[in-house]
Amino acid sequence: MANQKNNIIIEQSSEDNNLPKVFLHGPPKFSIVLQPKPSHNFHILNPSSHPPLHEFIALNPHHASSITAVVCTGGFPVNAEVLQLLPSLRLVCTPSAGTNHIDLFECLRRGIQVSSAGNLFSEDVADLAVALLIDVGRKISAADRFLRSQLQKPWDFPLGSKLTGKKIGIVGMGRIGLEVAKRLEAFSCMISYNSRNKKPLLSYPFFSSVLELATNTNVIILCCDLNDQTRHIVNKEVMLALGKGGIIVNVGRGALIDEKELLKCLIEGEIGGAGLDVFENEPHVPKEFFSLDNVVLSPHKGALTSESLIGISQLVEQNLKAFFSNKPLLTPVI
Amino acid sequence: MGSISVLLVAKVIPYLEQELNKRYNLLRIWDYPQKSQLLTQHSASIRAVVGNASAGADAEFIDALPKLEIVSSYSVGVDMIDLNKCKEKGIRVTNTPDVLTDDVADLAIGLILALLRRICESDRYVRNGNWKSGDYKLTTKFSGKTVGIIGLGRIGTAIAKRAEGFNCPISYFSRTQKQESKYKYYPSVVELASNSDILVVACPLTEETHHIINREVINALGPKGYLINIGRGKHVDEPELVSALLEGRLGGAGLDVFENEPHVPEELFGLENVVLLPHVGSGTVETRTAMADLVLGNLEAHFLGKPLLTPLV
Repeated sequence: MANQKNNIIIEQSSEDNNLPKVFLHGPPKFSIVLQPKPSHNFHILNPSSHPPLHEFIALNPHHASSITAVVCTGGFPVNAEVLQLLPSLRLVCTPSAGTNHIDLFECLRRGIQVSSAGNLFSEDVADLAVALLIDVGRKISAADRFLRSQLQKPWDFPLGSKLTGKKIGIVGMGRIGLEVAKRLEAFSCMISYNSRNKKPLLSYPFFSSVLELATNTNVIILCCDLNDQTRHIVNKEVMLALGKGGIIVNVGRGALIDEKELLKCLIEGEIGGAGLDVFENEPHVPKEFFSLDNVVLSPHKGALTSESLIGISQLVEQNLKAFFSNKPLLTPVI
Repeated sequence: MGSISVLLVAKVIPYLEQELNKRYNLLRIWDYPQKSQLLTQHSASIRAVVGNASAGADAEFIDALPKLEIVSSYSVGVDMIDLNKCKEKGIRVTNTPDVLTDDVADLAIGLILALLRRICESDRYVRNGNWKSGDYKLTTKFSGKTVGIIGLGRIGTAIAKRAEGFNCPISYFSRTQKQESKYKYYPSVVELASNSDILVVACPLTEETHHIINREVINALGPKGYLINIGRGKHVDEPELVSALLEGRLGGAGLDVFENEPHVPEELFGLENVVLLPHVGSGTVETRTAMADLVLGNLEAHFLGKPLLTPLV
């Protein structure tokens, strides 16, 4: 009986040994994104996503050359050094829309494919951008805080500013920017945009610089990638051009804004307010923000809905299955 | 015109108070600790009352002002004014429709988003330094959820239009079905609640709509359902709402209004699935100024014998 049992175990592991190896490159909780299933045509080496990559390889050096796919997340870069460590790597799968934690150029050079979340999160991120905009303009979080303090009776709460009809400048007209535009059009807002290139099929007015965009709008919403050209694209000049009643919303990446300068402008009233889902050094947020009523702070949760988690788990799985069946990726980046 | 006595029964923006003071002999109800003092001194001269969403003129008060000609409300809702009494006595009533429609609709959507995506809660999370310990929990997607609207008037329609931008299917309940509407009609609030993820109260407060949100409706909306009230506090049976929230029978609530403002049930302060606002539906500089101009315009028209701008009675 015991022998039979052992044989079964050995059989199972030799089956697993024939399947391509996938590594989860993220924090321990990251395991929620991909759990082992009998239907998989791949084998997850570290279903608990612990210990981290370098420690795992140190403990299991033979696996360095067996890993053919990595599922990675922001904060766990796939850079030249990691790529060097995994010579058999053929696929990098990120459950995010952003890819700035992956050295795309190096992957391209090595013939490694990359998949992302595609448009899966676009609606949720766009919803959050609008949520932050309405909150800042109408002081929703500040008012909720005011009521819960139970100090003020009768109610004497400051007035907000009207959103309907405002001029909105969207930086980055990818899928998220388009979803934001669509939502705000239903509020009769006037949409204009800046992006790397003018989009010939879009009828919204295009401005070739964020400075011009800020000069001509009341609200700036950042929906673009973070790269060398967009780092600190919102600087002091842009903020002054936006003006004292202006609102900035950031659902892109923290470093799109000069955070120190933003804080100054908020404190000094050079801009009206800001709604921020991302920060330069997450999860660290400068504590000077905490006493401001004209800012709404959100802990990078643009895509963190139950619906999106179910969706991204399915998508990561589908991309891996497709890749290992020699089929095209569902959401390829390169 | 300076000899016309106008009584202000509610706090308004400084612009309105200053203009009323310039144009009329302005009396402010809060200058009189007892209403009886006010009436003794001025009841024979007051020709106009300016109220708001929370304070107007009931039958008793109207009877105590024999010279009253017009009640001009700094609000669109006039449930605090005894309209029948005004009709009976030939007293004009004006309100501030249209100018606040957009702001109230914007706020309704803002409340839905703040509630489903836990914007206020996660802002607190960051300010308390908790982000360093880990991410905020998953919240609920808004786009695509079914929105049920009670009252498809100006404000209800404006809310529907905005929700459509989020791909939300829209359904509604109102006194009569709107034949020209493309939205799905339900003949009862319970049925609407049963078939909606998010239920929005956007109708006027009348005898018929008092406590239109009762235990049955709340249970129909359910533990995954959300209630948004930008109407009047008395639309909702507030003790029923509180117990439903405490017992988990309702998913959450976004409330701009309460049965007994400025009182908010204390039990709500400990809940993370509610968003609480101090009746700010029309609370923007732009809109309150436009509302003020309507009040001033209506009063001016009345005292010049011209047609009123936005009469109800």
